[in-house]
Amino acid sequence: MSPNPQPAVEVSGLVKRYGSKTAVDGLDLVQLPGTVLALLGPNGAGKTTTVEICEGFRSADDGTVRVLGLAPGAEALRPRIGVMPQGGGGYPGIRALEMLNLVAACAAHPLDPKWLIEVLGLSGVVRTPYKRLSGGQQQRLSLACALIGRPELVFLDEPTAGMDPQARHLVWDLVSALREDGVTVLLTTHLMDEAEALADNVVIIDQGRVVAQGSPAELTANRADDQQLRFRARPGLDTSLLSAALPEGLKVREATRGAYVVEGLIDPQVVSTVTSWCAQQGVLAEELTVAKRSLEDVFLELTGRELRS
Amino acid sequence: MTTFAPGTFKPAPGRGSLPRMLFVHARTEAMLTLRNGEQILLTVIIPLALLVALSLMSVIPMPEPRVGSAAARIFALAIISSAFTGQAIALGFDRRYGVLKRLSASALPRWLLVAGRVCGALVVVAIQIALLAVTALILGWRFPLSGLPWVVLLIVLGTLTFGALGVLLGGALRAEIVLALANIIWFVLLMVGGVALSVPVGFVHLLPSAALAQALETSVVHGTAPGVGPVAVLVAWGVVAGALATRTTRLT
Repeated sequence: MSPNPQPAVEVSGLVKRYGSKTAVDGLDLVQLPGTVLALLGPNGAGKTTTVEICEGFRSADDGTVRVLGLAPGAEALRPRIGVMPQGGGGYPGIRALEMLNLVAACAAHPLDPKWLIEVLGLSGVVRTPYKRLSGGQQQRLSLACALIGRPELVFLDEPTAGMDPQARHLVWDLVSALREDGVTVLLTTHLMDEAEALADNVVIIDQGRVVAQGSPAELTANRADDQQLRFRARPGLDTSLLSAALPEGLKVREATRGAYVVEGLIDPQVVSTVTSWCAQQGVLAEELTVAKRSLEDVFLELTGRELRS
Repeated sequence: MTTFAPGTFKPAPGRGSLPRMLFVHARTEAMLTLRNGEQILLTVIIPLALLVALSLMSVIPMPEPRVGSAAARIFALAIISSAFTGQAIALGFDRRYGVLKRLSASALPRWLLVAGRVCGALVVVAIQIALLAVTALILGWRFPLSGLPWVVLLIVLGTLTFGALGVLLGGALRAEIVLALANIIWFVLLMVGGVALSVPVGFVHLLPSAALAQALETSVVHGTAPGVGPVAVLVAWGVVAGALATRTTRLT
């Protein structure tokens, strides 16, 4: 690969408004070829709008978007990309294999539709019309339609929504296989574990703006003073006493009833102090763990904890 | 864990051949229509029953030769049934189920998305007319063969005009509203739109339904070219509906 390969997806200053609501508010994004990028964000963050602009389904109000160096929606672009729209898509009366055959006919070198139907576990419902498939089955057919044409770049909008755990893991395995074979994957999700498991890069967006980006490791990297020691003990311990016993700069709180958290630079001395302090109080510190921040912690810190309407 | 042989998904993008895309898309459209029981009722069973009724029941006023006149009107009805009502309802629900979005995300060019639907509709109309024509011949219809090219032309023109009207209705409104409206309009056109009965009211002749029935009657019964008037009415409705539909049709 050349030192500066052309980005597979390049979005700069993207703005999209719906009436008075700004769905995407100056979003920048660069994805290199052959990588998996996850757009992570709460509902209504602007993920789908961003992806649908890249796919050519919506027009941008401002900013520029280039996909494989072309304008979104260009006729020359569509054979090169695979799209899995949110919620799938098919004729209500069509059967899975017929739908996949139709999409396969649009491609020059498609994968074998029968094989793909089998891989996606749809062999048992080949005679079922699309409208009678479950949400998860419709999603799997939609994924098959996205992959059948052997695209260079696939957009997967909430690919595992409505799927059972087995199907979710299958999708994860598929995305890994795509990546191994050099396919660029841009997916949206609001599932932390999905982003953490699949993506080379995670872009966290909220209210139409990028609030953080980096590899999952970078995003969850512990800063030296940003660690947690958690333990469970009898509720109502006087945390100010423990705080006094610990070195300067460590914070102690009872997060929920009986669940204590010490935050700051956690070293072996701190762990020892906590256990001996508990012993002095005549309690046993149970389930004691030194926690690394999860992507979920990062996500909630950045996007807040309140529920979105 | 499911594993895949390396290279399984190695990119090999490219667009399929245009004739094959058109063939597969049109075949899919036609097959889905012919497999749908409600569509068959609307496009085949009801027109067949009405053809028999209009031909045999002398209480219904019908110009002589009776079976020929009835056949012409029912050909028009069959075209309205599938190109307008059937197409509108199918499109309404296709949009609901996201198939237009799905297909427009594939390498299928936009013009082919329209062309495939048109060809699919023409295949269905051809099958309907063939069934109705055989029934009419059995009932005693004597078809002057000189009218054949005109009949074919009118079937294509009628399908395009009513297809454009069907897309105009089915492409913009919610599926349930499309379902209700498309059936009501079908019934109104059948009864008072100059299809089953001749309606001696001036503006009815300006309806596409009356124009198609009148034009077909000329060619089916007399074997001659249709009048310029009805053809002009059909073309005008088709052009206006098509132009409007390209602005109002939404993918979902």
